[in-house]
Amino acid sequence: MGDFLLTIPWAVVLILLPLVGAIACFLWPKKVNQLGLITLGGVFLSVVGLGAWLLENGVYHHAVGGWNAPLGIQLYADGLSLVMLGITALVGVAVSVYATAYFDRSQSERFWPLWLFLLTALNALFLSADIFNLYVTLELLGLSAVALVALGGGKAALNGAMRYLLASLLGSLLFLFGVALLYHTYGSLDLAMLSEQVESTPTVWMALGLMSAGLLLKTALFPLHFWLPPAHASAFSPISALLSALVVKASFYLLLRLWLEIFWPISGSVAGLFGVLGVMAILWGSLQALRQTRVKMLVAYSTVAQIGYLFLAFPLAMGAGVTAWNAVIYLAISHALAKAAMFMAAGNLLRFGGHDRIADLDQLAQRLPLTIAAFALAGVSFIGLPPSGGFIGKWLLLEAALMQGRWDLAVVMVLGGILAAMYIFKVLGYAFTEASKPSKVKTVPVRMEWAALLLASGAILLGFLAPLILPLLAIGTPFDAFSGNEEIMP
Amino acid sequence: MNWNDWLPLLLIASSLIPGLIIFGLAEQRVRLRTTLNLSGSVINLLLVGWMLWGVYHGQHFETRLPLLPGLDLVLRAGPLSLLFVTLSAVLWLLTTIYAIGYLEGSPHRSRFFGFFSLCVSATIGVAMSGNLITFLLFYELLTLATYPLIVHRGTEAARHAGKIYLRYTLIGGGLLMFATVWLYTLTGTLEFTPQGFLHALGDEHRPALVMIFILLIAGLGVKAALIPLHGWLPLAMIAPAPVSALLHAVAVVKAGAFGIVRVVYDVFGINFATDLGVTAPLAWLAAFTILYASMRALYQDDLKRRLAFSTISQVSYITLGVAIAGPMAAIGGVVHLVHQGLMKITLFFCAGNLAETLGIHKISEMDGVGQRMPWTMAAFTIGVFGMIGAPPTAGFITKWYLGMGALEAGQSWVIWVLVGSSLLNAAYFLPILHRVWFRKPPEHWPEERCFGRQETAWMLLLPPIVTALLALGVGLIAATAFSPLAWAKLIAEREGL
Repeated sequence: MGDFLLTIPWAVVLILLPLVGAIACFLWPKKVNQLGLITLGGVFLSVVGLGAWLLENGVYHHAVGGWNAPLGIQLYADGLSLVMLGITALVGVAVSVYATAYFDRSQSERFWPLWLFLLTALNALFLSADIFNLYVTLELLGLSAVALVALGGGKAALNGAMRYLLASLLGSLLFLFGVALLYHTYGSLDLAMLSEQVESTPTVWMALGLMSAGLLLKTALFPLHFWLPPAHASAFSPISALLSALVVKASFYLLLRLWLEIFWPISGSVAGLFGVLGVMAILWGSLQALRQTRVKMLVAYSTVAQIGYLFLAFPLAMGAGVTAWNAVIYLAISHALAKAAMFMAAGNLLRFGGHDRIADLDQLAQRLPLTIAAFALAGVSFIGLPPSGGFIGKWLLLEAALMQGRWDLAVVMVLGGILAAMYIFKVLGYAFTEASKPSKVKTVPVRMEWAALLLASGAILLGFLAPLILPLLAIGTPFDAFSGNEEIMP
Repeated sequence: MNWNDWLPLLLIASSLIPGLIIFGLAEQRVRLRTTLNLSGSVINLLLVGWMLWGVYHGQHFETRLPLLPGLDLVLRAGPLSLLFVTLSAVLWLLTTIYAIGYLEGSPHRSRFFGFFSLCVSATIGVAMSGNLITFLLFYELLTLATYPLIVHRGTEAARHAGKIYLRYTLIGGGLLMFATVWLYTLTGTLEFTPQGFLHALGDEHRPALVMIFILLIAGLGVKAALIPLHGWLPLAMIAPAPVSALLHAVAVVKAGAFGIVRVVYDVFGINFATDLGVTAPLAWLAAFTILYASMRALYQDDLKRRLAFSTISQVSYITLGVAIAGPMAAIGGVVHLVHQGLMKITLFFCAGNLAETLGIHKISEMDGVGQRMPWTMAAFTIGVFGMIGAPPTAGFITKWYLGMGALEAGQSWVIWVLVGSSLLNAAYFLPILHRVWFRKPPEHWPEERCFGRQETAWMLLLPPIVTALLALGVGLIAATAFSPLAWAKLIAEREGL
């Protein structure tokens, strides 16, 4: 039985299953909730299956239909893909459970197919091994994400969706130009093949610039973050959760892959620029979050700040390779859990009081304790306080910075934590006090409260799971390409 | 599998698990909540007793779990840890009884007791940490768990106090984390070791180590309320009395002071620290804190605020004892961890009784209150004499050892600090006693509640009387083998002083 399970091509299942689910949701709109949950359960189990396969055999290669590169479609999975797939499935399950209680009948008929398309795109992106397929998944991801934002209706949501659409299309287009340049030069789209051939020529530099710019726009790195707060704050809460937790991570993942595989040898000076932008993102995003008067806008700006941390790894990876990459992946997955939980919590308090004005949270610590607990636990991870995944990530990143004397970056990390504490506890403080004028309240389904709390607890639990996750991440040594002088410990 | 490997973890669980269950309890399940609280703290005490016996006979208790590559979560019950753990366990039981009485009928009690247990777990974790990263983990957890207790009342003032508290403690925590990681990149280990683990580093690292020391002390000094990092403590007095009593007089400030002890003895090593030249400024800072806070205390009319400034002053005795760098002074400093805890909690319990029974919050309202509440005020009086350092109370033992230790280390200026501080203590405490015992009571108390023939509820009366007797008792039996002093000597011996 065990052997049989290992023969199933899990990567293919991971892409086809949500696609089939999405189509099924179109065909049987009466049964969307059941169909969706079954699909998510299947995806979750498939990730477990793929994980077992990877632990047993190392890296996963699959040539779809038996056609090898450069002609056919290649699927590829190592520890990095696995961890991203895993976190996607985990957040996906929680958001799906949440969504069954959040949406009414007609909304869920539109939500489920789009969400399952989004999931297909995410899974395919994490599994693709050539840059054209990556472009296709990126485009599919962008379009389904925009459609999900627009689902909110209303002026704000449509406005946000429009800006998002333009940013997303521009990003994909830039990426596509880069792909075309590389294909024109080397006649190959396969990541592994490109990595062997690439050299420092103006064309390659051009490709690097275009692709990076496109992905930075999609990842919303400062100063290209302008589209994110309105889109993420105006969407329905479960959708905000998906966008902030997963979609921006996907384009970051793609950027990371391109760097690790193709651009590493030639891109030293650009890494410094990424670091500077990361620092600005942390400071600007946090300060903006602090200025907000509404919970969802605050949470959205917090995403802008947290993305900044991810880019600090690029300058640090020169000297501290694996430690720096481990740090940001850990930060990314902790952020995924915590941010999804936080948006769900925001959704709960919106549902409860009909508003998300911070100053009028009106004793929610007592009246909606599970939701506030979820918000607090997620916040602990953003601040980087122990015990949490955010702490582990920040510890590793600080270690990487201090090992090579990057005091500036280290100071910014600590400062970012303190600013995060200020905006998180601004919300929590008001959750203890009474509002000036009480508002009418509605009940919040238990499922919605627990989904948020469990995900947030997951972010805390990650603080203890580093000995399990770091070895998993090392399968296929995704960070090995350039970790040449990483061990400069005393 | 060895039981001794899991006892430290079990000890934390004994307070953590009841706390987590209590969060989920409905407000009106008073009996179940009380049972959980009390059984948690009794189990806790039994475990502590078992480990005290074991450590005295040379056994080792250590839980070690992997946390990061090369770094473990280490909980170890050494003599120094157990001194702090014992204090917390005993006072937790008493404060729980007190809090049940104090909060009777008030809202949000499940939340209160849940976080209260969480704080105690964090304190025990701080005490038993076997390396700096574990210490950091519990130290920050303590910050987080105390916040909801400070804002518990949900007033605008409480929210403001909570904000200030976090501003101080989280910036302190940030510095601590920065310094800890920096230290780790230099040494590759963070394990607490007697005589420290830094003396092997080359001379070229000395400036970095001085900087790290400053950052660590700044991070810890926030909780230990070293001036100028003390601003949060008087504000935090807005919390309910049991919180002020256990947390702000004992757990939180002690976590800071305890951390300083750890850093000086088990990270840097006292000899190496002296050699670096960092202990002398620390001693001056502690001395300044002792005198300055006492002076500020003179001008407070709010009883809890006066006690808060007194705490700031008294906790710095521990830092002073450690920084003087002699074995006698170290014993004085370490034993003050227990002594100050017992005395100060007595005073806060009494202040809570006055507020709860008669509605008295200000010193100017305390005229003749000794006639109305003789037992409470008797306990208060013992606490006051302890603070001043009158023999045979616990406070006297501390000051005696600190003074002798200073002379032994050739730092006679410390004697003047001790004398000055005792005079100031007398100046801000004795007038209270005069009011209490020798002035005529007013016709009406601000807000009197009646408790039958008793002066107040027995749950409020018992804890201060017990702690007052303990404060007196540990002074009287100081020379025997069962006193905190004897244990402090054992610590000094095992630390190789």
